[in-house]
Amino acid sequence: MSCQYELYEPSWCPGCGNYMIRTALKMALEELGIKPHEVVIVSGIGQAAKMPHYIKVNGFNGLHGRALPPAIGIKMANKNLHVIVESGDGDTYGEGGNHFIHAIRRNIDIAHFVHDNQIYGLTKGQASPTTAMGQVTTLQFDGVKVEPVKPLALALTMGAGFVARGFSGDIPHLVGLMKEAIKYRGYALVDILQPCVVWNKVNTFSWYKNRVYYLPESYDYTNKEEAMKKALEFDDRIPIGILYKVEKETYLDKFDFIKEGPALVDLELNPLDAEKLMDEFR
Amino acid sequence: MDLSLIIGGQAGQGMDTFASLFEKTMKRCGYNVYAYSDYMSRIRGGHNFFNIRISSESILAVKDDIDILFALDEETIKVHKHKVKDTGIIIADESIKGEADITHLKLSDTARKLKNPRVINTIGLGAILKYLGVPVHIASEVIREEFNEEIANANLKALEEGYRLMDAKYHLDIREDNNILINGNEAVALGAIAAGCKFYCGYPMTPSTGILNFMARHADEFNIAVDQVEDEVAALNMALGASYAGVRAMTGSSGGGFALMVEALSLAGIIEVPVVLINVQRPGPATGFPTRTEQADLRFMIHAGHGEFPRMVIALRDTEDAFYQTIRAFNIAEKYNIPVLLISDQHLADGVTTKKPFNFRDISIERNIQSSIEEEYKTYRLTESGISPRIIPGKIEGATVLVDSDEHDEYGHITESGEIRTKMVDKRLRKFELLKEEINEPWLIGDESPENLVVCWGSTYGAVKEAVENLKDEGISIGTLVFGDIWPFPTKKLLELNKKARKIIDVEQNATAQLDSLIREEALIKSDVKILKYDGRPFTADEVYRRIKEVL
Repeated sequence: MSCQYELYEPSWCPGCGNYMIRTALKMALEELGIKPHEVVIVSGIGQAAKMPHYIKVNGFNGLHGRALPPAIGIKMANKNLHVIVESGDGDTYGEGGNHFIHAIRRNIDIAHFVHDNQIYGLTKGQASPTTAMGQVTTLQFDGVKVEPVKPLALALTMGAGFVARGFSGDIPHLVGLMKEAIKYRGYALVDILQPCVVWNKVNTFSWYKNRVYYLPESYDYTNKEEAMKKALEFDDRIPIGILYKVEKETYLDKFDFIKEGPALVDLELNPLDAEKLMDEFR
Repeated sequence: MDLSLIIGGQAGQGMDTFASLFEKTMKRCGYNVYAYSDYMSRIRGGHNFFNIRISSESILAVKDDIDILFALDEETIKVHKHKVKDTGIIIADESIKGEADITHLKLSDTARKLKNPRVINTIGLGAILKYLGVPVHIASEVIREEFNEEIANANLKALEEGYRLMDAKYHLDIREDNNILINGNEAVALGAIAAGCKFYCGYPMTPSTGILNFMARHADEFNIAVDQVEDEVAALNMALGASYAGVRAMTGSSGGGFALMVEALSLAGIIEVPVVLINVQRPGPATGFPTRTEQADLRFMIHAGHGEFPRMVIALRDTEDAFYQTIRAFNIAEKYNIPVLLISDQHLADGVTTKKPFNFRDISIERNIQSSIEEEYKTYRLTESGISPRIIPGKIEGATVLVDSDEHDEYGHITESGEIRTKMVDKRLRKFELLKEEINEPWLIGDESPENLVVCWGSTYGAVKEAVENLKDEGISIGTLVFGDIWPFPTKKLLELNKKARKIIDVEQNATAQLDSLIREEALIKSDVKILKYDGRPFTADEVYRRIKEVL
């Protein structure tokens, strides 16, 4: 069976950054030699969350904000699956904020690709958790009055072991980030800057293009303080690349029977095994 | 023989240990035990008590009056002295005063002599067991099993000292003991483990936490991934993920936590991923009475979730039923690819009962998972039954499984087609029609064709059964239907008995008679009398007896 991924016709707007992200994802999976049936893409709701419909893999397109919990359940049940979460900034940092924080704490082996266009697309142009303060939107017509979430800094403070930022306009670079994230043992966050051509007239393709720059060769991605500085750099210049990467024990490493044994899904079920528990009650 | 004991005091006074030692000792003497713990939502102070009933008959409820009151503080005497029978006894340390005829024992004095203030309750236990005529070796054996050597030795000395403090009033026959002693939460967790549940998650919430504890305690031994989630929103979503990936998965909470799962319950409905969840009810609304009991979430469980989708709701009646129904819930969930919801309550969850050991030999695990496919796989293949063949993602090369919370086509892809939408709704609801054919009719207890028909559900079973049997013994034509399977709602037996019944009496632990409303809706029958209780305390058999007798 080949590692070629079939694609379906998306309903995204022409020029949407999601196309490039999908292209990068397909390339990353194919280059890694992972077969489609070995991958699950889990998503919530939003334009980004339609990804499992547009590339042929196993897909769990769940509820808005709730992509991470089923992804965790899937990985715990079958450690042999490659679990990828694809969702937008609203889904991940707004509705799913609590799950985001606690997924990082678990450090379970999931690659999390957040399509961050700093606006709500599917609901037509309202502010997202990453929209800049003061930005005028279809709902915040006199400007956003609250601070934006700083996802990478938040991830670092929660102890994430892999924190990266990509740009949909730089596919080869993004493919590299995705491959690293998928290979990483543990929770890997890649916040992917992406223009919304219809609803975000501020953070346009050229707005991002003029700001993003590669982290230099000399950059030490194991230095958390440096990573924090880079995570907060989001104005005239925005660094892209792996900001932070260290090896950490994963969540499943802490369950001996999962680490050493077969995937839970492969266990034989035998009710008689439980009979010995009766002794506790005699 | 039918004896009741209450031990009462403040939270933190060690009543749990006394209760478990006493219950186990009485079980080992060959008696049936039913114990209910009444506790406050606090860690220290307040007033908590255990009501422990011992009988040669099978029992599932406590009585109004008691034979022994063991008071660890003065408040206990105030609260419970009116329950003590004329032939009964109030036992307390000599330091405890109260306006009652108290048998004062030198409990703290003896503990001081033993240089161990922590064994005070064990001294009391010894005194009470002596009073009942229980040979000391039975309790000694229980103590040796429950504690490590050092603590056991201290308690054994205390037990012996206690035996010196009282004279025997009773001389219990010691009978053969083949029973187990188990509470509702343990029975559910045990059922889940026996059924092959490999994923359980939850957020601690009284009175459901016991299930999470039990699963966690046995996780390593049975290869069960147990996760304490950030919230109940995550809980059901996570369980659905695990089930999608191919393991049997379950989550549980009480009403407030279940409220947070409602969104994902609707998800389970449309993605058709099997899952088992349990609501161990406590009185609401909102935080309500955190440590007490009620049956007010029945309608909520049946209707929770936006949109229309099939589910099964099973009310658990006692510990034995809880075990077998939990196993059955997994089989039904995986037969129809639906959520199966179990309803328990604090009364059942914390109530300890003696039962025959459960039968593990006859448990069958029916998963309905295909390991190969002959044609292109479609997650939501339209079939006559409405049930689409299920495969596990990652197990069949070339085949992928797509589930979607949007309305979808057979492949699981988003659709806007009205025609496909209608077909998918019909497909999902066809499963419900099929499910109706295999639901269990309610248990009938008492007369085969009674003039007075009592209806009840879930854990009120114990009190109602005892009351109805006593009334029947008095020559009254009475019987009760005890609903376990409650959604889809079984009507056959009810309609049949309604032909002869002159009076239908609905007994429930809620204020709005939710079972009665279901009966009206599903069977077009109205109860004549409603006996309702919603003070957070479980029905006693006496109370049900009295209140039924008033309306006959």
